[in-house]
Amino acid sequence: MAWYVGRRVLQMIPVFFGATLLVYALVFLLPGDPIAALGGNRPLAPGVAAQLRHQYHLDESFFQQYLTYLKGILTLDFGTSYSGRPVTEVMAQAFPVTIRLALLALLFEGVFGIGAGLIAGLRRGGVFDATLLVASLVVIAVPIFVIGFVVQIVFGVKLGWINPTVGPEASWGQLVVPALVLGSISFAYVLRLTRDSVTENLSADWVRTATAKGLSRRRVVSTHVLRNSLIPVVTFLGADLGALMAGAIVTEGIFNIPGVGHALYQAIIRGEGPTVVSIVTVLVVIYILTSLFVDLLYAVLDPRIRYV
Amino acid sequence: MTASTRVTRGLVAAAAAALLLTACSGNSSSSSSGGSGSNAAGKGIVTANSSEPQNPLIPSNTNEEGGTKIINSIFSGLVYYDAKGAPHNDLAESITPSDPTDYTITLKSGQKWSDGTAVTAKNFVDAWNYGALSTNAQLLSSFYAPIAGYDAVSATPPTAKTLSGLKVVDDTHFTVKLSRPQADFPLQLGYIAFFPLPDKAFTDIKAFGQNPVGDGPYMLKSPTAWQHNVKIDLVPNPKYTGPRKPQNGGLTLSFYQSQEAAYNDLLAGSLDVLDAVPPSALGTFQKDLGDRAVNQPAAIFQSFTIPEKLAHFSGAEGALRRQAISYAIDRPTITKAIFKGTRTPAKDFTSPTIAGYSGDLPGNTVLSYDPSKAKQLWAQADAMSPWSGTFTLAYNADGGHQEWVDAVANGLKNTLGIQAQGKPYPTFAALRKDVTDRTMTGAFRSGWQADYPGLYDFIQPLYYTKASSNDGDYSNPQLDKLIDEAAAAKTLNESNQLLNQAQATLFKDLPAIPLWYANISGGSSQNVSNVQVGWDSIPLFYAINKQ
Repeated sequence: MAWYVGRRVLQMIPVFFGATLLVYALVFLLPGDPIAALGGNRPLAPGVAAQLRHQYHLDESFFQQYLTYLKGILTLDFGTSYSGRPVTEVMAQAFPVTIRLALLALLFEGVFGIGAGLIAGLRRGGVFDATLLVASLVVIAVPIFVIGFVVQIVFGVKLGWINPTVGPEASWGQLVVPALVLGSISFAYVLRLTRDSVTENLSADWVRTATAKGLSRRRVVSTHVLRNSLIPVVTFLGADLGALMAGAIVTEGIFNIPGVGHALYQAIIRGEGPTVVSIVTVLVVIYILTSLFVDLLYAVLDPRIRYV
Repeated sequence: MTASTRVTRGLVAAAAAALLLTACSGNSSSSSSGGSGSNAAGKGIVTANSSEPQNPLIPSNTNEEGGTKIINSIFSGLVYYDAKGAPHNDLAESITPSDPTDYTITLKSGQKWSDGTAVTAKNFVDAWNYGALSTNAQLLSSFYAPIAGYDAVSATPPTAKTLSGLKVVDDTHFTVKLSRPQADFPLQLGYIAFFPLPDKAFTDIKAFGQNPVGDGPYMLKSPTAWQHNVKIDLVPNPKYTGPRKPQNGGLTLSFYQSQEAAYNDLLAGSLDVLDAVPPSALGTFQKDLGDRAVNQPAAIFQSFTIPEKLAHFSGAEGALRRQAISYAIDRPTITKAIFKGTRTPAKDFTSPTIAGYSGDLPGNTVLSYDPSKAKQLWAQADAMSPWSGTFTLAYNADGGHQEWVDAVANGLKNTLGIQAQGKPYPTFAALRKDVTDRTMTGAFRSGWQADYPGLYDFIQPLYYTKASSNDGDYSNPQLDKLIDEAAAAKTLNESNQLLNQAQATLFKDLPAIPLWYANISGGSSQNVSNVQVGWDSIPLFYAINKQ
């Protein structure tokens, strides 16, 4: 087990270098000149433009720039944005907010998706099942920004139940509604995944055996049906945490949440290489770590799976 | 009881808890924004939309709106502009020219920075020297170009540390020597490039940029009042005794990611002042807000430039084709249909919010819609040299320009019977790169937002031979001569008359095709009164009254 975890962690090193190189190259290849754009319609004084290019290493070749950036990372210096803020500070502000938002969304889709999916699966063909299937289909079909705007305008502006935008603190309570919006589509997927998995397992041999042994329905459902049904759902949820963090950009824009999506968007628009690469790299690391966590969770759910 | 009903009950309980949480969040956030309205002494804190400043809060390094709103509130210069753009003394007692290139500037005595130290003549000279020096890489460096000695400090590497044209006489007097006459120099002094900096700024300019000490009507509420990407809290500066005294208990600028979010906050009453209505609400905001809506021309001129070197667009043939294109654009219909009346069709090359503007200059009929005239002029040009190819109009796709570009292209197609189409660039940076590299193969979107309320600022940088923003490489000695005369004029009035004469040449040559002036479209909540929008489309925050 320890050996397995160690090997997976070691695998992160090449992934890390590959990701940073790739993203750095992409930003480098972005069309346009970020320094010229700083001036707007009025061009910068030539001396100023030259000084800024030098300051941000833009007068160097691609590999020189990349090596300077890597050297910085090893000393935990992620560079500065064009506004003169250290990138570490930008990330320290944005990540906690988005992590809160993504965890809330994950909690929502996990608890409600699995719960509703289980009921629907147990009562296959019933009214509850049919209603949820139709409702989830609608949610999947509607783009997330439509859901977001409708929620904002109906509950925020027309009814006044919530503030249309999230306050500066972006506390857990304020993020509940945006998290419901963010998690809505994945919720529908989790629901359908759980439902199908449960119906399939209900007719499995071991469930018939368990029922024949005289176990209570509750025990059959919780230990034999649900536990076995969770494996595909957990895979989905694990992969979804990364997708939620990266995909929060739309929800963050609608509800004015100062998170990762906004920081990343601004950095891309301004062509700030170090900021984009640092944020994407952290997202990649989070993704790798959650997938490792999911793999380890398999062994808990299914004792037949062992890591050596 | 079956397992499934238990689960159902659990779900219901959890859903109830979620609703409660939501309700709490709604309450707490509305009470926090409501708290701002019930401050002591009946002076409420005004909340307004803005965007995260792109640079540290140093006046000479601020060239975008998010930073400008803050700098203008926490700093004061020699003069300030009223809502109409007229200059009035702020810190200056007098600005006296001794000849066309020499000025003596006298400060009012007893002016103080918010930390209590005196504002001196040295503070101005130091700040301008700092801004001009190329190694300090200040974005507004080019604004000090009129001052003698600029060439030496702006070179790479600089050959002097300070501008030779600036001399401190004593604590309240300094002199400025210009390298050439500049009739509107006193008018420029209200622009943020000419604001002072305290001595303290130069000991640690980096820290100063995060928590500046200013001499303006407001100051930062605390050293950490600037919450990046979130908001900045400003409170009245008790040391400020000038004419821009705040009529409210403070100003909070919230940095919004999307205009939609800000607009919805305004509708819900949690935002007081909004100066940018999202495109989705342009058609409805005047109905939504009633008399609290604002829709008036701003000092923003929009056009498209046809480079001189483009085939068929130079000489006599070019002049005919440019005029034909201008006649073929139905400006009133486009501003009404696409912009819902939030653009005003252009009548000249400047802006109606600028003193000296005239909407009926001779020759401006070329900006009216006249398809038959357009066809006739185009045919005349074809007789000289037959047209071939496609007319392209480049724009940046990240700024909401596609609709009008398509409308203009369709107008040209239908009226002139030629191939015309828009050419999108993904970002503004990409568009500017091709413009500055001179690799444009067609016309391109252009525009100008005035930095200070002067006609000269709309004409010289854009159309003078080899001027900094003359992106189409236009050159006409007759125009250059008039601009030189305008710069050397004794009074601003005389200068403006010469500039309007110069526009007659522009109407003939049309180096750029004027389209429209952008309006400021915004609004305010019921909690505030006396919301005026300045000539530069930024609300006069200090004048807003909130009980």
